[in-house]
Amino acid sequence: MTNSAVTVDGLVVRRGGREVVHGVSFAVPRGRVTGLLGPSGCGKTTVMRSIVGVQVVAGGEVTVLGHAAGSPPLRSKIGYATQHPAIYADLTVTEALRYFAAILNAPKSDVDRVIGEVGLGDEAGSLVGNLSGGQLSRANLAVALLGTPELLVLDEPTVGLDPVLRDSLWVLFRDLAGKGTTLLVSSHVMDEAARCDELLLMRDGHLLAAATPTALRERTGAADLEQAFLHLIRDKEAAVS
Amino acid sequence: MNTAMTLATTRRILNQLRHDPRTVAMLVLVPSVLMVLLRYVLNSPAAFNHTAPALLGIFPFTVMFLIASITTLRERTTTTLERLMTLPIHKLDLLAGYALAFGLLAIVQVAVATTIAATWLGLDIRGSVWMLLVIAVLDALLGVALGLFVSAFATTEFQAIQFMPVFVLPQLLLCGLFAARDSMGWVLHWLSNVMPLSYAVEALSRITGSSTMDATLWRDLLVVAGCALLALVLGAATLHRRTP
Repeated sequence: MTNSAVTVDGLVVRRGGREVVHGVSFAVPRGRVTGLLGPSGCGKTTVMRSIVGVQVVAGGEVTVLGHAAGSPPLRSKIGYATQHPAIYADLTVTEALRYFAAILNAPKSDVDRVIGEVGLGDEAGSLVGNLSGGQLSRANLAVALLGTPELLVLDEPTVGLDPVLRDSLWVLFRDLAGKGTTLLVSSHVMDEAARCDELLLMRDGHLLAAATPTALRERTGAADLEQAFLHLIRDKEAAVS
Repeated sequence: MNTAMTLATTRRILNQLRHDPRTVAMLVLVPSVLMVLLRYVLNSPAAFNHTAPALLGIFPFTVMFLIASITTLRERTTTTLERLMTLPIHKLDLLAGYALAFGLLAIVQVAVATTIAATWLGLDIRGSVWMLLVIAVLDALLGVALGLFVSAFATTEFQAIQFMPVFVLPQLLLCGLFAARDSMGWVLHWLSNVMPLSYAVEALSRITGSSTMDATLWRDLLVVAGCALLALVLGAATLHRRTP
């Protein structure tokens, strides 16, 4: 499938002796915003780690931009923002971004660009360790935007942000997708689902559904996506018992 | 190897230290203060001349071991390492960046301690002062490389600190500072032969005791440099792009 940026086929992951992802398969279309949704602990982060190639995988295949996940050509093409900010607390925002830009061989102007994109202009000279939680997660996101990656894998990028900031980040995501970037965004908040082009719903290491928000509402007959999600879970449980 | 990435890493670490002036002050001053203390504890120029050269190497070795293992461990636990592993930096570039940053710091540390020892404390250096600096900085780099390596086996900072007595103190006891290595039983002598710090201390004693660069001195230098390089390569092998 050339129109998919990511294809995951039968992914199985074991962590701490326990299987946490049970044969998940899906595709992420290019140039769109795909939401990976599900409750905390359902395996979203593990799936994302498998896509960026830092997760030891027990089975299945993950193909990213035409390469096996984790292969060297992908390292400058994927922007990854971890759920817990992975950015040096004892550097200023600008210094930390300059370092990652140098590692990516990104143009120097990228640092100012991404600071502007996440709205941290006023904090550019502040120590990362002194930022508030919301600012910290935006600084973390800024690192992922360096070097204009083809694929952005963002693990809960809007957690803890006030509604105005959250809205402005979604405007940014839409803007990036408009320019051809593929985004995979995880969230455990269902009201973010409506903002995605495509949805992947996960629960307990299984993929419950992969559909557009509209198709999901139609299929379940539910007005909002929270209800649709509940509907899917009940259907699944009914099918099992 | 990618020099630009190595240098960017060095710059990043030095920037991090710049925001922590207390650590820098302690790094630069503590070995010198200890040298002063040693001079007045021994209270004899001859005894000081015998002991001080070894300590000019041991202090930076120990301090850098601690600093390097804690810094790398922090990089692992704050997941910045995981982020770096998704980026196009080679593992050896990262570690070389570390070694370079701490090596530069070690030069300052050793230069200050040597200057104070040679001027104020009256340490008699018969050989080349530059060579003394080179050896002491190599010792510091050995500490950095060992610290980077053992940090892979620690999951908490408490464990990392405990590796100091495990990896550093036995070397200190067997390096010839407390008892001549020739006088040790064969087991201890063999152990002291496989510990890199023994060669570092021997080199430092030779360079302060005589003005000629003999074959033993060159061998000692090669052993210390070789061990530092080996520990760095082993350290790179402990960094994994994929983790469970």
